[in-house]
Amino acid sequence: MRVSRRIFIRDGVATVTLGLSAPAFLSAIAQAQGIPSRRLVVVYLGGGNDALNTLVPYQDPSYYSRRPSIAIPAGQVLQVGSDAAGRALGLHPRLGGLLNIFNEGHLALVQRTGYENSSRSHFEAGDIWGTANPQSYTGSGWLGRYLDTLPRPVDALAAWNTTGETPRALLSGTTGVPAIPSASTYTFASPNRGSVALEERNAAQIMASNPATGRPHLAFVNSTSRGAIETLDRVAQATAYTPTVQYPNNGFALALRTVAGAIVKNIGSRVFWVSTGGYDTHAQQGQGGGGGYANLMGTLGDGLWAFYTDIRNQGFANDTTVIVFSEFGRRISENGSNGTDHGAAGVMMALGGMVRGGLHGTAASLAPGNPTLENNSGDVRYETDFRSVYAKLLDQWLGTNSVPILNGDFRAGAPAIF
Amino acid sequence: MSQLNPEIDHLLRRAGFGVSPVEVDTFRDMSTAAAVSYLVDYEGRPDDVDARIGRADHAQVTSKDLFAPDIDIEDARQRWLFRMVHTRRPLQEKMALFWHNHFATAYSKLTNDSGPLQAAKMLACKPGALRGPQGQLELFRQFALGNFRDLVLQAAMDPAMLIWLDGQFNTRTKPQENFGREVMELFTIGVDFYTESDVYAAARVFSGWNLRESQGYNKTDMNSYQEFVYNAGEHETSDKTFSFPIYSNGSRTIPARSESAGMQDGIDLITGLAVHPETARRLARKFWNFFISEIHQPDPAFIESTASVYLQSGTEIRPVVRHILSSPWFNDPSMHFARYAWPAEYVARAIKEVGWQNFSLDKARTPLAAMGQLLFEPPNVGGWPLGAGWFSTGTMLARTNFAATLAASQKENLGAEFESESQTPQALYAAMLSRVTPAPFDAAPQQALMSYLQAGAGSWNSAQVTTRAAGLARLLVGSAEYQLV
Repeated sequence: MRVSRRIFIRDGVATVTLGLSAPAFLSAIAQAQGIPSRRLVVVYLGGGNDALNTLVPYQDPSYYSRRPSIAIPAGQVLQVGSDAAGRALGLHPRLGGLLNIFNEGHLALVQRTGYENSSRSHFEAGDIWGTANPQSYTGSGWLGRYLDTLPRPVDALAAWNTTGETPRALLSGTTGVPAIPSASTYTFASPNRGSVALEERNAAQIMASNPATGRPHLAFVNSTSRGAIETLDRVAQATAYTPTVQYPNNGFALALRTVAGAIVKNIGSRVFWVSTGGYDTHAQQGQGGGGGYANLMGTLGDGLWAFYTDIRNQGFANDTTVIVFSEFGRRISENGSNGTDHGAAGVMMALGGMVRGGLHGTAASLAPGNPTLENNSGDVRYETDFRSVYAKLLDQWLGTNSVPILNGDFRAGAPAIF
Repeated sequence: MSQLNPEIDHLLRRAGFGVSPVEVDTFRDMSTAAAVSYLVDYEGRPDDVDARIGRADHAQVTSKDLFAPDIDIEDARQRWLFRMVHTRRPLQEKMALFWHNHFATAYSKLTNDSGPLQAAKMLACKPGALRGPQGQLELFRQFALGNFRDLVLQAAMDPAMLIWLDGQFNTRTKPQENFGREVMELFTIGVDFYTESDVYAAARVFSGWNLRESQGYNKTDMNSYQEFVYNAGEHETSDKTFSFPIYSNGSRTIPARSESAGMQDGIDLITGLAVHPETARRLARKFWNFFISEIHQPDPAFIESTASVYLQSGTEIRPVVRHILSSPWFNDPSMHFARYAWPAEYVARAIKEVGWQNFSLDKARTPLAAMGQLLFEPPNVGGWPLGAGWFSTGTMLARTNFAATLAASQKENLGAEFESESQTPQALYAAMLSRVTPAPFDAAPQQALMSYLQAGAGSWNSAQVTTRAAGLARLLVGSAEYQLV
């Protein structure tokens, strides 16, 4: 459902990308704080991913009886062994790239992630995952609060959002995160050329630097304008990146390519946000392992595999962790339209050179009445609090203290993904 | 300074898309009350805007071959922008945009289901242009200020909606929850006022509300269509109990009905939802943000008075909007420029104020996507992230770069128009601000603009006026101040 990347029309419009003004001192800030050696890439699957068809309990008879049309045939799954409860699992057949990473020991699959009283609303659930607070899900996001802990002044590119909108998770009390949906059109355009165009850029920068005292909403819009002007030139460096592999030609993979460019060119960003949509599969998920859901899995698996191999080739695999999540899982039983409605617990993934791969947590047993289920056995009940995974990432990957950021200690029961 | 009284300017920005130089005379001597009536009681003026597509003195459209806005989504997008810029009924188009966001339905899913031609037709076909039902946008235009309960009912039977929220698959044995949930969460009462068991019940209520294909249906045939059908045999007939009242006597249970009478279930639920006090308050809050302010919290007195007009009028929207536009909240000067322009509002107003000569609306299409508002492609069923949510570095850059595209296209016109009254940089500044109307500038940005113009003062000839007029238009329209309406 997400808008695809679009290329700007620039006919008759000169673009200015000279490093005329601010960038020099901004790079100096990044330099002073040190190029962070560890990057976190967050991949959000928008719409509520059907976890049971991502990581398939292919020996559970109830999986097949409750999903007579859309179940992935046991013969097609990519087997990844059995979990601690002895339940045999397999990846969706289009996740071949992820199977490679799993077999190398660097893909962690965290089963049944969620929280008590799981929301089935996209928007509420998205905000809960974003704020890391199921009780009160307005205000800043967990990654935004991480950015708030960085020493001041914070580099304008400390975090890099590849989508047009700022997700809840990146909302910060103090730090605006640039949104760079298309790095190649992230430029300053003018109806004039040469020195007049530079005068315009100058004037625009002064105007955007106006503190607008007494008009906070105007100050906010100014901050986005200023953030753009201040980051143009370093973003252009990432755009100039030549990858070592061919990325698939879709918005998700191209966003990952831009992220790889920013990592390899040492732009200085610590957190990246990437999203891919279409997971609200109420209908026509596809039968026999094919169809619409298989396309989603192909986009996901192929894009992540290209990204992983690219940064590994460039020597950055050990500096990069990718996490993948969605706002909820889906109902266990298929509906009448070869789809699934909104459910509860889902599957999180983590991958990267330092990730301890494997199956974490245990799969549900899908037979009605089993305690691993909820909502009259309609949905999968969570086992691992998603905030414990956030805690692991904050404490052990980003090297900060998760407790104040998550407003609580969620380290207990965290999966050993590092 | 604008040529109009600030209250009228404010009204035209909020209940329309701003005012172009050719429209100034219409409003110059109008009282504010007369202007409200002009906008709200638009039926007296013809809905003739589409007939003016192609005129040389209007904005242009560009098409791969024949311009076919009833069956081609890119052409439909241009037609809608053309309407926003040139309509004689600006509030009608403004409300159509509001409802498009409220009942947010995206072309991409319809295309996956029915192919690009049928998808565009289901969203944008004008009534009577081709065989089959009118497109969803035309429903929103028809009900722009109509009855809300009727609009929800029509939306529930709208082919695009039946595909978008999977109602087409909602059957007796496998009720489909998608529409049943969203009609409560997003279209009416809101997320805090229903339960999971209400979702199950609503899904059963709408079982059998499906689609049927026209005879010999072929998705690439422009006269083929899909239309709503009530499949009595697919309706689940048992009673359905909700956590909120469905009927005016307080009853929460829709009674068991025969298959043939079962369509009444959905009509009863929609009616119950439409007259629910939370729907009234939720609409009032949305209208506060759309018409009054996104910066100030809704005044409880506004919410209660607006909700009460809505309920007392039997869910009619016209009296609600008239009430709002005539209210003291609307005319409070502190509410001026207290909203963030939606990208479509921003683009239409920029074109109206800067100019459209030889400007193809096709050039706004891609920038609108980069600003985050590709028309007919909301990001999800909740609509676009409004208010401050429109703004990020990337989307703001897309706005300022559109300002550059527009100013570049109007460069020669601006030079010719402003030459005689722009003997000095100061004169050019005053002349440009008489038609391009950002929120007031503080001293520093004003000084930056003047310095930009002064930099050309050494050779202030007609070429310099042309250059600086275009640059000034770009800086004004690309300013943060201009993003507020």
